[in-house]
Amino acid sequence: MAQPLVKKDDDRDDEADYSPFLGIEKGAVLQEARVFNDPQLDPRRCSQVITKLLYLLNQGETFTKVEATEVFFAVTKLFQSKDIGLRRMVYVMIKELSPSADEVIIVTSSLMKDMTSKTDMYRANAIRVLCRITDGTLLTQIERYLKQAIVDKNPVVASAALVSGIHLLQTNPEIVKRWSNEVQEAVQSRAALVQFHALALLHQIRQNDRLAVNKLVSSLTKGSVRSPLAQCLLIRYTSQVIRESANNNQAGDRPFYDFLEGCLRHKAEMVIFEAARAITELNGVTSRELTPAITVLQLFLSSSKPVLRFAAVRTLNKVAMTHPMAVTNCNIDMESLISDQNRSIATLAITTLLKTGNESSVDRLMKQITNFMSDIADEFKIVVVEAIRSLCLKFPLKHRSLMNFLSNILREEGGFEYKKAIVDSIVILIRDIPEAKESGLLHLCEFIEDCEFTYLSTQILHFLGIEGPKTSDPSKYIRYIYNRVHLENATVRAGAVSTLAKFGAMVDTLKPRVFVLLRRCLFDNDDEVRDRATLYINTLGGDGAVVETGEDVKEFLFGSLDIPLVNLENSLKNYEPSEESFDINSVPKEVKTQPLAEKKAPGKKPTGLGASPAGPPSTVDAYEKLLSSIPEFANFGKLFKSSAPVELTEAETEYAVNVVKHIFDGHVVFQYNCTNTIPEQLLENVTVIVDASEAEEFAEVASKPLRSLPYDSPGQTFVAFEKPEGVPAVGKFSNMLRFIVKEVDPSTGEAEDDGVEDEYQLEELEVVAADYMLKVGVSNFRNAWETMDADCERVDEYGLGPRESLAEAVNAVINLLGMQPCEGTEVVPNNSRSHTCLLSGVYIGNVKVLVRLQFGLDGPKDVAMKLAVRSEDEAVSDAIHEIVASG
Amino acid sequence: MELCPLIKNILLLDSEGKRIAVKYYSDDWPTNSAKEAFEKAVFAKTQKTNARTDAEITMFDNYVVVYKFVQDLHFFVTGGENENEIILAAVLQGFFDAVGLLLRGTVDKKEALENLDLILLCLDEIVDGGIILETDANVIAGKVASHSMDAGAPLSEQTITQALATAREHLTRSLLK
Repeated sequence: MAQPLVKKDDDRDDEADYSPFLGIEKGAVLQEARVFNDPQLDPRRCSQVITKLLYLLNQGETFTKVEATEVFFAVTKLFQSKDIGLRRMVYVMIKELSPSADEVIIVTSSLMKDMTSKTDMYRANAIRVLCRITDGTLLTQIERYLKQAIVDKNPVVASAALVSGIHLLQTNPEIVKRWSNEVQEAVQSRAALVQFHALALLHQIRQNDRLAVNKLVSSLTKGSVRSPLAQCLLIRYTSQVIRESANNNQAGDRPFYDFLEGCLRHKAEMVIFEAARAITELNGVTSRELTPAITVLQLFLSSSKPVLRFAAVRTLNKVAMTHPMAVTNCNIDMESLISDQNRSIATLAITTLLKTGNESSVDRLMKQITNFMSDIADEFKIVVVEAIRSLCLKFPLKHRSLMNFLSNILREEGGFEYKKAIVDSIVILIRDIPEAKESGLLHLCEFIEDCEFTYLSTQILHFLGIEGPKTSDPSKYIRYIYNRVHLENATVRAGAVSTLAKFGAMVDTLKPRVFVLLRRCLFDNDDEVRDRATLYINTLGGDGAVVETGEDVKEFLFGSLDIPLVNLENSLKNYEPSEESFDINSVPKEVKTQPLAEKKAPGKKPTGLGASPAGPPSTVDAYEKLLSSIPEFANFGKLFKSSAPVELTEAETEYAVNVVKHIFDGHVVFQYNCTNTIPEQLLENVTVIVDASEAEEFAEVASKPLRSLPYDSPGQTFVAFEKPEGVPAVGKFSNMLRFIVKEVDPSTGEAEDDGVEDEYQLEELEVVAADYMLKVGVSNFRNAWETMDADCERVDEYGLGPRESLAEAVNAVINLLGMQPCEGTEVVPNNSRSHTCLLSGVYIGNVKVLVRLQFGLDGPKDVAMKLAVRSEDEAVSDAIHEIVASG
Repeated sequence: MELCPLIKNILLLDSEGKRIAVKYYSDDWPTNSAKEAFEKAVFAKTQKTNARTDAEITMFDNYVVVYKFVQDLHFFVTGGENENEIILAAVLQGFFDAVGLLLRGTVDKKEALENLDLILLCLDEIVDGGIILETDANVIAGKVASHSMDAGAPLSEQTITQALATAREHLTRSLLK
């Protein structure tokens, strides 16, 4: 097997030298293409030139427009030759040149002649070429021939027409849909591939008609489809039908399951696999349904063909995420795959085993993996590390061997991403498994003794500063940290200084010793390092005596910054030096919801060391500026929250109005954003008349009309209400837009002098409890939860009644409370019967609130919920319960 | 369209990763440099593996790539992340064997370049715009060869017999394995 490698070197010289295309040049070949114009065509010569042209295109060479046109016209001359081989090359060449519409006309007649030729090969290829280059107009002319071709007795011709139909359906659906009858006839063809192509086209013609697809599937699953490819298609269509009908069907017999199961006994491997995969992907698949599919996949695992092993292990890996128990039967076969030559297969096998393994097999597994790790690429190693992390969280008792494994691989060679994955995993394990803390921290300390990545060093130092002082013997970490001050670059040194200071502040007995070390840092040659050392020495009580450091100093130095950094940055930029010093409380805390693109990015991975995500600059700034510029509202104080715009009109009405609710401590301001969509009108003196009779606690105090609202330039009008201070009052408001309308002459753009008063009914608006809640995330919910006083915890259970799904219930409660879901817990895995969701937010009056929601399905549809609230104020905890109780 | 098995590209590279013949059926690689980058990456990822007896497989940037090598020729077929691997392998096998038949058993870079027209026609017969046309190597080779035969060009009547003989030999070999 190795022979070619050795041999190649021997006769490499003459081999590398020889190529029929050596020294080929575009200009020369284009010259050669003139032979196409010879009155006496030499088919062989012409074929060779076309091959050369195709070679050039294939190598990435491009022809200019002029060159392409020239070649195209020359090639069309070749239709005169009767040579079949040459004709074949001409077809390929025309497709490659993809001629423009006016060029297509030149070859149309030649191709149409070929389409009706007696030679099958001509018909088949002419159809493919013509359909590839044609636009819709020509299609009606050749439609008749295409319909005939679909039912042609030569399978190659029929396939050519059907495949062309599939392509044309994208651009000319109306025409292709008319071929239904012929296509249906072709589905019954005895030729395997004709059947496959016909089925593909027929399904696409009918894909929007659910009933028709349903019928198609039911009739074909009973009959005999001959081609394996067609059978694979049918399996895909069947799963689609099952998926779509699942919603209406109550639990019971799944339609078409028998068909899928029957396909597991098909003679073609591709069909067996397609069916097995389809079964594993069924919504809410039961273990009984899974078993036969797993059995055939298990057989594939020991196949001699790598493709089969890969396909099977990849599918089983996915199954293991949702049904680990179902896959355990394959564990023995899986283990032998760890030594598979194909590393993709080996990695998939390992990660599957890690998901399905039980506590007793962990140690054995780890031994096998250790050998394996040395010879795979970093990307595979990362996958393995992540699998080990979740295994460790599943079996906390095994933390010792798993942590050892992680620390061993941490010492070996590896790139940044890989090392980061390991460090993140260790950090998560330390956080979640208290027993693993001390050994984990020591592993991290050893790692930073010889760590080439500044980022990881600083992150670990920061983490040490948080966790180290809480351990039984904090002093043993000091050495590792202080070593950094000697040995590392400025960034790491500065990080080490902060960490040292944290130890000094948190552990009083260590304080004098820490101070000695900090003083030495005063002579560092880097500004930042010195500045930090100075700051800490002065604020922590510089005399170095064993005194307790004040809580507020600790909070100031090491407390979490609950303000998005971007907002802080903006506020600092806007701050102008004056008598009044910068007030950190004036920085808005609202984190704007992340743009969609970012949300799509995989958010599943728990961030290990990462801080809480800093939001992009918020629109809150803009709102705050706008409102404070209006004298009537200037004395309302600090803006607590602005809602997202709520539409008060239907789309495409005369006037488009939406409203933004601005919440202040004692006031609420409605900002109506109005747009006039009628070019012939000018609106003046626009106000919104608000009826607050269903909002008892609110009293209107001010209203700011909009002077004029010309066509298509949005303007705002405001209405302000007073409400009891600090109380989350709710209510319903009905709105009426009132204005003076003036006719505008569209030609001059001038408005008439006289206007008519008019009104326009808007939809109702509600102020709800969620408006008093700011979405503020926390980076580590567990920590935040535990630091909150348990006395202020309120727990209660609620029945939510019948719900469409668990996910729908979870979403409803999140929206009701208007809080920020943490740690990705807003996503409910498919088919789960219970779910825990973590929320955080800030309630009016700047009260931090954390909520832990536990949902469970109670019976088929009924959802029950346990709500636990912790906040800084028990009244607020009660208020949250009230929101849920009344919501 | 999305339910139909789709081929993203078929590549035939030499032992240094250079193009012999490639065909892309998807817009995932809009420019030639994107295509070349993909080829380079695929080649680098697979070059050290032994794909000479059985087709091998790998996942790569959300593509599934099946591949097989012979002499200094590297054959690749790429499909989307969720494509049935065995279907892709069937296409690869069809391409691989058809080329073997058309080159009359001498399957190497030199022979492939000398008969590039046959290889290009072969690609044209296997997949049309991403949709599989044919996977049976004998049918593919037959379609390509018959065109040349009618023309009295390089492959003569005799070569077809020869090609079939090679096919038979190939079959017996795979049975004995």
